[in-house]
Amino acid sequence: MKKIWLVIQREYLTRVKKRSFLLLTILVPLIIIGFYAAIIAISISGNSSSQKMAIVDEANLFNGKIDKSKSDLSDYTFIQNETETSFKEKYKDRGYSSFLYIPKFNIDTPAGLKIHSQSAISLSEKSKIEGLINKAIEEKRLITAQIDPAKYKAINSDISIDNAIDSEKGEKKAVAGVAYAVSFAAGILIYMILIIYGMMVMRGVMEEKMNRIAEVVVSSVKPFQLMLGKIIGIGGVGLTQFIIWLVLMFLLQIIVTALFPGLSHQVATMQASQQVGQQNMMQLVSEGIKSLPVGLMVFCFLFYFLGGYLIYASLFAAVGSAVSEDQQEAQQLTFPIMMPIILGFVIMTKAVNDPNSGLALFGSLFPLTSPVVMMGRIAYSPPAWQIILSMLLLILGFLFFTWLTAKIYRTGILMYGKKITWKEMVKWAFRKG
Amino acid sequence: MSLLEVKNLKKYFATQKAVDDISFTLNKGSIFGLLGPNGAGKTTLIRMITGIFYPDEGSILLDGKKFDAENDVGLIGYMPEERGLYKKMKIGEQAVYLAQLKGLSKSEATQKVKQWFIKFEMQSWWNKKVEDLSKGMGQKLQFVTTVLHEPKLIILDEPFSGLDPVNSNLIKDEIYHLAQKGATIIFSTHRMEQVEEICDHIILVNKGKKILDGTVAAVKQQFKENIYRIGFEEIPAMLSPQYFEIIGKKDNSLVIKINNGFRSNDVLQYFIQQNINVASFNEMLPSLNDIFIKLVEGTPLTRQFQSVTA
Repeated sequence: MKKIWLVIQREYLTRVKKRSFLLLTILVPLIIIGFYAAIIAISISGNSSSQKMAIVDEANLFNGKIDKSKSDLSDYTFIQNETETSFKEKYKDRGYSSFLYIPKFNIDTPAGLKIHSQSAISLSEKSKIEGLINKAIEEKRLITAQIDPAKYKAINSDISIDNAIDSEKGEKKAVAGVAYAVSFAAGILIYMILIIYGMMVMRGVMEEKMNRIAEVVVSSVKPFQLMLGKIIGIGGVGLTQFIIWLVLMFLLQIIVTALFPGLSHQVATMQASQQVGQQNMMQLVSEGIKSLPVGLMVFCFLFYFLGGYLIYASLFAAVGSAVSEDQQEAQQLTFPIMMPIILGFVIMTKAVNDPNSGLALFGSLFPLTSPVVMMGRIAYSPPAWQIILSMLLLILGFLFFTWLTAKIYRTGILMYGKKITWKEMVKWAFRKG
Repeated sequence: MSLLEVKNLKKYFATQKAVDDISFTLNKGSIFGLLGPNGAGKTTLIRMITGIFYPDEGSILLDGKKFDAENDVGLIGYMPEERGLYKKMKIGEQAVYLAQLKGLSKSEATQKVKQWFIKFEMQSWWNKKVEDLSKGMGQKLQFVTTVLHEPKLIILDEPFSGLDPVNSNLIKDEIYHLAQKGATIIFSTHRMEQVEEICDHIILVNKGKKILDGTVAAVKQQFKENIYRIGFEEIPAMLSPQYFEIIGKKDNSLVIKINNGFRSNDVLQYFIQQNINVASFNEMLPSLNDIFIKLVEGTPLTRQFQSVTA
């Protein structure tokens, strides 16, 4: 045990101390988040300096005022006694950055509205103004049609249907969209983890074999200890990377909200001015998240991450031990391992649409695909017996595959200069002793 | 007192009897040569002694006790023929790591590595990486990591390959030194002149079987062919003796093979009677190289695959 610990330490430390690890772990999310932060910062600064706007309202659409409660258009002034052409010359000098021109028009066929500005106005600004005008026109039309605006509002229908899941614990609200998104994201995450860290294990084993260190180490450590130490060490690297990413994300969120206190307000007001159907989207999402079995999902994520990683890492280790020369050979040999991962991914994309199909059930039980597929189903609260069976099978699969791959690994790392085929590897695996 | 006792060791692979019933005994402090052509089963034999493979049959006694691969790794230092080090790891850390795998504590390992680095003038290497080293430097480091934990049994497979004469001598001296301090050394190589120079005892393995076992001197005596070199002031013109045959001439000396039934004194007497002055007279023992070739020759150069029914 002490030796496995030594191997784990070495595998972990040599990777974590590498410059490329720091670069990948810290810089990549920083760059991505920094990029988003820059976009947000730009959009905010563009709004806060949203310069004064003039409105030349020849149609008298707004009757000289805009209802504050309906709009967040900040700084505007109605200009009287000017035309489009006459005011075009003057608005810059008067300190307006743009002006909205509303000509006289037939209320049934509005046309000729225009925003003049020195530089292009933002999309959100434009949609805000459009919304404002649409509302004003609607109101006018209601009046000409002799419909009471209050009554119209009362007639207008806007419903959303709840989906209740009836389980033994009682009724729960389900939100299909949220479950879909979360399932998909979890499935993809596991899929990527399996490939990225599995490959890392394979490269580690290949490095040991090609640098001819394997036999030196194996004379002090059992091959199985070396393999397990490597797998656990690299798994630790993966977990470290995740934790750093989580912490970074958390810190950045704090920093961003501290730097731009207006941001949350901004989001809220933008939300308020959205169309009616989307208005309670935020509420829906948060409700949807509440409806998800969050505790179960976190547990399952960790379980399937570990189980899937251990199975695939041992398979990749076996392949790495069989590679004697180059990357190309490795690619050929990894193909049969990539197949079930990709298959799992394909089943997962089907399973998020139809979580209770036979295919989804098979995929979430079979140990080579279950980590990806079950993560895709978990948000839909599959029956408990399926989860338990799937986990049991995963554990059995893990034991079986490590036993199998340890035998391939043991023979493979001491074989030099010979091209090894899958057939031979299978022979090694099932040889007794 | 024997340090290692190998009894009836067997290891069969699917297509080969890699090691087929080999036994030998090794005395403490001796330097032992394990010889054999390529594919004779040397590596398999060594891998069983180091605990990498389990023998199919037979037993290994190390220091009087049954060899236990799990706990005896600290007693053995093995430098395989296919050897290497982690390229991206710092040299000092690497040496300490390998010593720790042999069971040393971290502080102990660090201290020992430092001592050896001073001894081999490698102090400045500590923070370098293996990829920065030349091949010879790498070999030196490899040797240090093999003997660092003071193993009782040191197994060196082609230890001098890639070393220049100066570093070769350095390692050779160290091997003698370790043997004097009581370590037993198994030395596997194809370089017969090195075996002759270094080893006390040899065994020769071919096709998985032991075909020769003994001290270097005894083996040479066993294979001597009564060949002598005689030096003269001037090579005599006419010789027609029944005692010997002339098999070579060089400068002022003759190489002769004494015929069966006669001794060297008969030859000397013959020259004295002829009144020919003999300047020098010595026996020419066969080199290990000759013995090796003689024994192995005739068998196919590489082993053929055979089916094993075991």
